[in-house]
Amino acid sequence: MAYVIKMDSITKIYQMGEVKVHALRGIDFKVNEGEFVSIMGPSGSGKSTLMNLLGCLDTPSSGEYFLEGINVNSLNKKQLADIRNHKIGFVFQGFNLLPRTSALENVELPLIYDRRGRIKNPRKAALEALDKVGIADRGHHQPNQLSGGEQQRVAIARALVNNPAIILADEPTGNIDTLTSVDVMTVFQKLNNEGITIILVTHERDIASYARRIVKIRDGKVRKEIIEENPRDAKKDLEELKKGQAFEEEIQ
Amino acid sequence: MRLIKNLLKSALKSIAKNKTRSLLTSLGIIIGVSAVIIMVSIGQGASAQIEEQISALGENLIIVFPGSAATGGVKLGAGTYVRFTLEDVKKLKEEGTLFNGVSAIVRTGGQIIGGGNNWATSVLGVSTDYTKIREWPIKEGEFFTDRDVVGKRKVAVLGKTVADELFPNENPVGERVRIRNIPFTVIGVLSEKGQSPRGTDEDDVILTPYTTALYRLKGGRYIDMILVSAVSKDQITQAQEEIRTLLRESHRLHLWQDDDFRIRTQTEIIERATETSKVLTLLLGAIAAVSLIVGGIGIMNIMLVSVTERTREIGIRLSVGARSGDILIQFLSEATVLSLTGGIIGILLSIGVAFLINRFTSLSALINPGIVLLSFLFSGGIGVFFGFYPARKAANLNPIDALRYE
Repeated sequence: MAYVIKMDSITKIYQMGEVKVHALRGIDFKVNEGEFVSIMGPSGSGKSTLMNLLGCLDTPSSGEYFLEGINVNSLNKKQLADIRNHKIGFVFQGFNLLPRTSALENVELPLIYDRRGRIKNPRKAALEALDKVGIADRGHHQPNQLSGGEQQRVAIARALVNNPAIILADEPTGNIDTLTSVDVMTVFQKLNNEGITIILVTHERDIASYARRIVKIRDGKVRKEIIEENPRDAKKDLEELKKGQAFEEEIQ
Repeated sequence: MRLIKNLLKSALKSIAKNKTRSLLTSLGIIIGVSAVIIMVSIGQGASAQIEEQISALGENLIIVFPGSAATGGVKLGAGTYVRFTLEDVKKLKEEGTLFNGVSAIVRTGGQIIGGGNNWATSVLGVSTDYTKIREWPIKEGEFFTDRDVVGKRKVAVLGKTVADELFPNENPVGERVRIRNIPFTVIGVLSEKGQSPRGTDEDDVILTPYTTALYRLKGGRYIDMILVSAVSKDQITQAQEEIRTLLRESHRLHLWQDDDFRIRTQTEIIERATETSKVLTLLLGAIAAVSLIVGGIGIMNIMLVSVTERTREIGIRLSVGARSGDILIQFLSEATVLSLTGGIIGILLSIGVAFLINRFTSLSALINPGIVLLSFLFSGGIGVFFGFYPARKAANLNPIDALRYE
């Protein structure tokens, strides 16, 4: 099976004045097509740095990174931008939607910068992406008129719209409550079932365990890999949570 | 193509989202552009007015002034004024080949009494060619003839103002007026001429034969100046040269002696008169252009604020695959659209103001399409120039830092 992501002894060193900070100390990391991987680690473990490298927002100090067979290290700034556009979909903790811009236009944003011109009708593609995350009817709303869960769905739709090789989700549930978090996880699981490769960075064990594989990072190195034989089913959890909530309301 | 269109669309959108701010930012350019156009228009209007007035002196006009006697650069000053004599005029008239008309001018003046009124005015002694040279037709009666000139007859032709002052409600032709107590017969009235380039009333004048003015009013032998009109515009230079040759002969000047007269043409007078207004136009235009540059700095300022404010947006755009060039174009076009919009509003404003100036003031504003185009392009250029630094700052942002920016 082809690797979507293949990282070989990646290091990243930040020069902070006089001090050298070793954020990553030799990471070997592979992701197969169609996988759902969680990267877990405490703050300072280097998982954000890894995320930035995976997303081609930054380049490693040493080591090799192949994204769908392309050696990313050899690319210039322009080519990196194009790689981000063609192959990567980002979902951020703080949603990062353009304010005062409709959900549809937010989802269309990556298509503006797609120079390949594959998608003839951006509006239609954006609508389809919104439909996939289940909020096709909210297309004309602006971010401040949407709930946290809905905003994150718009962000996922934006990540999807260009048919990327992977979706990188950086603490996607960090800013939302538990119920909504599980709700967002149902979207990721649904997309993964449809064959989309997803990498999820989180520090919450509960959230990480919705993935089929959990990679634990500490001090810039991979410490542990766990294969979940039976990952949690977000849909079922959501139903139970809702039931629980309904019960609580009844009591009150 | 779609990319550029979309970047331009984002730029327009962000301008539309901050209407008040955009308007205030453009205000500098609006004021600058309209100031430049209005200043230059007024200047050019003034030049055109002066030119028109001087043209009213008569086509192809050459004026010969007396000068000072001089030998090889040693000028003997005002006391040695060499004036023209009747012989000079006669020689020009008889021997000139390129002249349409020659007229002596004898200037005098005094209190005029007539029709029970009196009026102080200037009296010009002129030749019969004068009306032809000045293109100044008679309105009533007739002009004097060569016989009147030879006979030093006491006939007078009144300017419109004098006629109105002395004979308000009647036809002055055939009436008598007294110039310095000497009785003259009014034989004609001139048509209205209006203001001279110096702003004096041209119609406030009485014309008599120059011989009469010389011998009966002034009591001298000398003629103050000579007006000549060339046969055509292209022959003014040759005519000038001919005047020079004839007058040098007439004054018996040796080769080593300088001219003792000065020749001025219509074009020279126009140039002199409009030179001042041109310098003024340039100066006012330059001052106005400074305000344009200040407007540009205003745009740069706001664009810098905007880049900082929208750091996160830039981060988002970079993360979804915008190249730094795309960000540069987006912000650059935003600045350019701001300044061009300001330019267009400024142009419309200045056209409005020019209309009001022409309508309600004595100034005339002449809008030159060239200056309109120039200031439009200039305002666009200002947008690009002052927008470049903020746009580059935006384009060079690191996507990771930009995404984390609070």
